[in-house]
Amino acid sequence: MAGSYEAMWEKLNLDLDAHAGLLEVLGKFYGDIYLSQDKRLRGMEYLDFVLSEIHGLRIKELQEAKAQGRKIVGTFCVFVPEELVYAADAIQVGLCAGAEAGFDKAEKILPRNTCALIKSFVGFKLSRLCPFFESCDLIVGETTCDGKKKAYEIFADYAPVYVMEIPQMKQACDRDLWKAEILRFKDTIENLTGRTITAESLKKAIRLINDRRRVLQRLNRLRAAEPTPISGRDVLLINQVSFYDDPARFTQKISELCDELEQKIARGEGVVDGAQRVMLSGCPMAIPNWKLPYIIESSGAVVVGEESCVGTRNIRDLVDESSETLDAMLDALVDRYMRIDCACFTPNRERLDHIVGMARELNVKGVIHYGLSFCQPYGIESFKVEKALREAGIPMLAIETDYSMEDVEQLKTRVEAFVEMIR
Amino acid sequence: MQTIGLDVGSRSIERVVWDKATGHWSWTKVPTTFDPVGQCRRLLADVDGVPVMATGYGRKLVADTFAHLRVETVTEIQAYALGAHFLYPEARTVLDIGGQDTKVIALNASGKVSRFEMNDRCAAGTGKFLEFMATALQVPLEDFGDFALGADKKVQINSMCTVFAESEATSLMARGEKAQNIAMGLHAAIAQRVLAMLRRVGLEKPVVFAGGVAHNRCMCRLLAEAVGDGFIAAENPDVLGALGAALLAAQSRL
Repeated sequence: MAGSYEAMWEKLNLDLDAHAGLLEVLGKFYGDIYLSQDKRLRGMEYLDFVLSEIHGLRIKELQEAKAQGRKIVGTFCVFVPEELVYAADAIQVGLCAGAEAGFDKAEKILPRNTCALIKSFVGFKLSRLCPFFESCDLIVGETTCDGKKKAYEIFADYAPVYVMEIPQMKQACDRDLWKAEILRFKDTIENLTGRTITAESLKKAIRLINDRRRVLQRLNRLRAAEPTPISGRDVLLINQVSFYDDPARFTQKISELCDELEQKIARGEGVVDGAQRVMLSGCPMAIPNWKLPYIIESSGAVVVGEESCVGTRNIRDLVDESSETLDAMLDALVDRYMRIDCACFTPNRERLDHIVGMARELNVKGVIHYGLSFCQPYGIESFKVEKALREAGIPMLAIETDYSMEDVEQLKTRVEAFVEMIR
Repeated sequence: MQTIGLDVGSRSIERVVWDKATGHWSWTKVPTTFDPVGQCRRLLADVDGVPVMATGYGRKLVADTFAHLRVETVTEIQAYALGAHFLYPEARTVLDIGGQDTKVIALNASGKVSRFEMNDRCAAGTGKFLEFMATALQVPLEDFGDFALGADKKVQINSMCTVFAESEATSLMARGEKAQNIAMGLHAAIAQRVLAMLRRVGLEKPVVFAGGVAHNRCMCRLLAEAVGDGFIAAENPDVLGALGAALLAAQSRL
């Protein structure tokens, strides 16, 4: 992709040499982990294409949209109500933060023992490696954890940051807080875009984002078939791409992929014979964080569900579409987002119920809990998850890791031993 | 029919030849050296058509290098569980402290793995830690446990990081602390960490202590004191992984 986009990247002030290096590594990584798979769906070619153009065509689209006066809003969290962004004719992109890039620079302004996701987004920005960052008119942070909360204060010196306050409990006063935050965000987006969000535009946006959730729900229903018709890492990739692709086009393409999947299921075809069905649970895996799924699927198991923000947490709940007035729609948004079972809440019983329910529905032999090092909310909650699963008779393996490759061999031993145990 | 189990660890490689028909088994141990492939080649030289099951961190290396021998692999967790259950059928927990990993494996009544814990990427609290500390105190590794048993008081070592613990030991020496006491403090620090790991897994007894570090008499004594009844230091602690692998090779060829 490099040749045709260099001028654009230069204009975005990327560090061209370092960026070329990053794309080369990413390409090789993708080839090893994705293109080497057997019996893949034809529909995955779209994802291969999107990935190969990750910093090319999609950025070009964003630049063209900007030239027409549309605004780009970057986010890191499933709490940011995308509907409001699209209702103001802006475009939302989830910023990846899934690679060990620019950590040396990030560690100059953040403590070393900060989670890899935070170091990654700071590192990408400081090393001028991500054209998505450089395309954003606004970057929306949120107070889901102390690490992010404090890092955004520092990050604000380098990027146009706006922070949403996420409630930590689910009482009536927390809902009031969240509603106030949604209204404040609405004002911010209206000011940014110079557009007024109307009942009509919000209704359309709610439909647009719900449609994307519906197609991913359909994908999750289909991929649960036995034999497993699609690899877990392909589904993870689809979820990852959903954060930055054009929503309408994405929905269309994944809908086609689901049609193909249905035919494959009807023919009784699976991707792997005799692999143990496992479910992933825990921290989000942003592009190109494919390390653990790849290890799992190289160890005699197949991932059939992701209980994660880049997974079911992002798509489980739809926004009620029956409202007609702007006020009622905003309330519907508030209610939908308050249902998110992020580990930042206390207590968070819903998540335990969701995990056990999912594990049973998907008929998995075990659950692998993925925690990023230094992520307190998920790290601490993993003990409760293990207890809930144990009571349900489902084995769990807790993995704590980051984006580096130095622990791959040890992880393999653990995952293989877990697969041997549940077989 | 004979089968072979090969346990390629970070410090040593063990080979067990198991004869299912007679129940007889024999074993060999060699250092891993910087050329594990060469060492494995020697150990597999007389193997002709005998099924091989490789385990340990070098299991994939063996499977890839000796593909013509139809090598299968199993993790050391499964292999140690099988080996321990075979030699000590009543065992409910296996503690394996090797050269770079510490593992605690819970077994159910029929000897199947029900849970396990393993140290993270860092080698703190493993054989490597003891090796570094023995070097720092200028004691041969094999004698380090007995040396520590010569302590007349226990000094506290707070750090489990190999680098930090070494500087702690150095500053204790600079204060005139007896080397044996420092050695005991280092052993006690590992024992503390291992006990926490044992408790996380449930600490059902009997506990079988295996892996290279189980040769260390100080470590055996400290753990035996803390665990109490039902602590078994394996007689040949290095052999359990290779034995388990050889047993599994026989099973999978049924």
